[in-house]
Amino acid sequence: MGVIYLLLTISVVVALGFFAAFIGAVRQGQFDDPYTPGVRMLFEDELVKPNQDQKENLDKNITKNKLHS
Amino acid sequence: MLLDFVNKSRKTKLIIVIESKSLAVFLCDMQKSASKKAPTKTNTCFHCADPCGDQKINYDNKYFCCQGCKTVYQLFVQNEMETFYELQSNPGHTPKEVGGKYDYLRTESIAQKLLSFSSDTHAIVSLYIPAIHCSSCIWLLENLSKLQKGVLQSEVNFPKKTVQIQYYPKETNLYELVMLLSHIGYEPYISLDKDPQKKPPKDRSLIYKLGLAGFAFGNIMFLSFPEYFETSEFWLDQYKGLFRGLTLLFSLPVVGYAATDYLKSAYKGLRAKHLNIDLPISLGIIALFTRSVTDILMGWGPGFLDSLSGLIFFLLLGKFFQQKTYQHLSFERDYTAYFPMAATQIDSNGKEQHKPIHQIEEGDTLLIRHQEVIPVDGVVSQGHAAIDYSYVSGESTPYSKEVGDAVFAGGKQMAAAIEITATKTVSQSYLTQLWSHAAFSGKDKLPFQHFTDRISKRFTIAILSIAVAAGMVWLFLEPAQSLHVFTAVLIVACPCALALAAPFTLGNMLRIYGRQGLYLKDIHVIEKIAGINSFVFDKTGTLSSTQKSHIEYHGAPLHGRELALLKNSFRNANHPLSRTLYDYLPEAAIQLPIEFHEILAQGIECHFAQHSVKAGAASFTGATGVRLKTATRVHIAINNKYKGFYEFKTPYRVGIRSLISRLKNKQIYVFSGDQDTEKQALIAMGFQADHLFFNQKPEDKLRQIEHLQNKARRVMMVGDGLNDAGALAKSDVGLALSEDIAVFTPACDGILEAGQLLHLDQFQASAQRAMKIIQYSLIGSLCYNLIGIGFAVSGHLEPVVAAILMPLSAISIVGYTTLATHRIGKKLQALKSQSPLQN
Repeated sequence: MGVIYLLLTISVVVALGFFAAFIGAVRQGQFDDPYTPGVRMLFEDELVKPNQDQKENLDKNITKNKLHS
Repeated sequence: MLLDFVNKSRKTKLIIVIESKSLAVFLCDMQKSASKKAPTKTNTCFHCADPCGDQKINYDNKYFCCQGCKTVYQLFVQNEMETFYELQSNPGHTPKEVGGKYDYLRTESIAQKLLSFSSDTHAIVSLYIPAIHCSSCIWLLENLSKLQKGVLQSEVNFPKKTVQIQYYPKETNLYELVMLLSHIGYEPYISLDKDPQKKPPKDRSLIYKLGLAGFAFGNIMFLSFPEYFETSEFWLDQYKGLFRGLTLLFSLPVVGYAATDYLKSAYKGLRAKHLNIDLPISLGIIALFTRSVTDILMGWGPGFLDSLSGLIFFLLLGKFFQQKTYQHLSFERDYTAYFPMAATQIDSNGKEQHKPIHQIEEGDTLLIRHQEVIPVDGVVSQGHAAIDYSYVSGESTPYSKEVGDAVFAGGKQMAAAIEITATKTVSQSYLTQLWSHAAFSGKDKLPFQHFTDRISKRFTIAILSIAVAAGMVWLFLEPAQSLHVFTAVLIVACPCALALAAPFTLGNMLRIYGRQGLYLKDIHVIEKIAGINSFVFDKTGTLSSTQKSHIEYHGAPLHGRELALLKNSFRNANHPLSRTLYDYLPEAAIQLPIEFHEILAQGIECHFAQHSVKAGAASFTGATGVRLKTATRVHIAINNKYKGFYEFKTPYRVGIRSLISRLKNKQIYVFSGDQDTEKQALIAMGFQADHLFFNQKPEDKLRQIEHLQNKARRVMMVGDGLNDAGALAKSDVGLALSEDIAVFTPACDGILEAGQLLHLDQFQASAQRAMKIIQYSLIGSLCYNLIGIGFAVSGHLEPVVAAILMPLSAISIVGYTTLATHRIGKKLQALKSQSPLQN
């Protein structure tokens, strides 16, 4: 019955994985605004996407600034 | 251009003429909002759905109500943004004239204050836009980059009605963005209290805790499952230690993190010698945890960790549920929310500069443009002022002020630009002084003991004595069991259901009220509403409606030709009353007058080819036998012959009379800042003469409320203006009445839609019913406790019994409160659909 160790480990790891995903989602602010993303999703085709490089650049800038302050 | 104009006029000492175009836009808005209902499809604006009226504009086979709407449409079409109209029909807003209102944003140091992030290459600003209302708004605002070069990205938060814009400061600036938004009908609200750097970071700890408790609850239940069946299979017995050890691991963060709020609150309560509901809960948690840990470590049993994590999960769920917040409403506003960030100061050299309003000193000359709010008390030094004090008193008919007249902070200039000389600083001004009173620091509020706290005191004492007594008895019967029984009582008596009854009932009520147009700050207000026995109303803007003023004509009848003459005379006039009358009079063919004079504080004189018209004050038109002015009147004389007058009446809201009669067994007061001209009308509506107070200054209202409270009255104040702010803060429940909840209300406990005022008694009745529901749930939860204690004192509390009993009691109580509050909601809903025509 040693397999029970393996099974329990898997079950706990999977559970922890989902829990970590939840924490990540809260951190990103997904629970701050439960309405707008649902609407925005439907616009995707019409939306003008910012240049990917620029966006990354900006994101980096922001995180840097946050770390400093 | 406007600036040049003002400069010129200052030099020549001319009296500035009202910027009639913007005033007309304003009046047209007022009229539109009054008649927003029942538009016909063919005659509504393609952009904003308002009725087009007679001056509709046909463009591109579509109708528009005004040039503003058409311009916005053109702009969108040019930028290939017609999708805006496809997502939702008529989604737009009529753009309002903003003039130079935001000029101060050109001053870099002031604009910088609004940014939440800025560097040389990027800047981020978050703006509050009350007009956001549908998916088209989201789409449009998130595509701002198409309309404005330099915008990198914009993101809308719909519940908060904010848009966060990232832009390149080299290509655009905040001023341009704000102007663009205003031009397309999404004017942001920028005020003094918006300081993004000061805002505390968003608190998400409750979500973390809830998630953690739920996660642990599920997993512990899962791992405890084999134990529930008491099978003595060999392999299960062999791995018992492993399963139990794992559940213990899962429970550690639950007790160490998720449950900390309860433990802390109980500790604080104890230190303040106050037995709150968190105390028996904490006792339960501690008993559950220590008992489980010893059971598991000593190998005596599986412990109660499943019940423990379930308990905490349910409790947090209740807490989460009661936290319904109206993110786009603010219940904490003070005067700073009404005032702009900066004012335009004119220095001794005649140069304009923008000055943050807290730096304004006595003697400074300030330029107040059309639609700007006067930030400090002062004296008009240049120009013709028409001040709308609706922020302050609820009265929206503008007051005319001339050079030398005093104006007060909080008034909004409705005519063209004026100059004022500040006589006080912001914090010393008549209105803002009010905020130095203790009522605003929150320390002055009367202590209020919540229902559950009152119960929990007796409850705690009762379970502690039962636990001790049972422990003592078992000490004689079977000493080894004594401690077990003692902890078992504390475990099952943990008032989980009791602690859930209030959050779920009141949380539900909060949502029900929200659907009916009453937005409360938090659930505690409901409990206070239930206990109110005195109601205090403000008059102007609360009992009377601000929007539609009733116009009545008295005197010799006017014929069609004469009406046409009048209409044509008022066409050129700038005085607010003239504009209102112009809109009120029937359409007529345009006749241009030969001569036209507008005489300040007197009226207008207008000469046509064969006729002449005079309109204005009684003496000016030659009226005789007219007694002292009791109401706003415009007298009319045609061809120098006095005809009669138009009277502007304050219409009372529909249903006030029946509301008063239904509140008969309560004390009802009216505190009004006005003269007592309306006294008889109020008495006729059912108010008692000695409960009517007039000429009440803001501080007087506050003191009157205090006086009532000293007589052990529980007072609800219903008001709308900043002059009620003191009374709203001081009263047990302060409700701010609002025609449009997107518009600003002073700090209060709740915001009530103006149309729902007549249901006030029903709102209170449902609050009382909700409190009844909590009492019944309390009886139910006590029954569960009794059953549990039965198991506990007889020494039979198996973990599986606790694991069933606790969720069962919690779920059944929550189920009961949900159904019962749903019935209250139905009743309120039925009220709303009833016709409110009875006066």
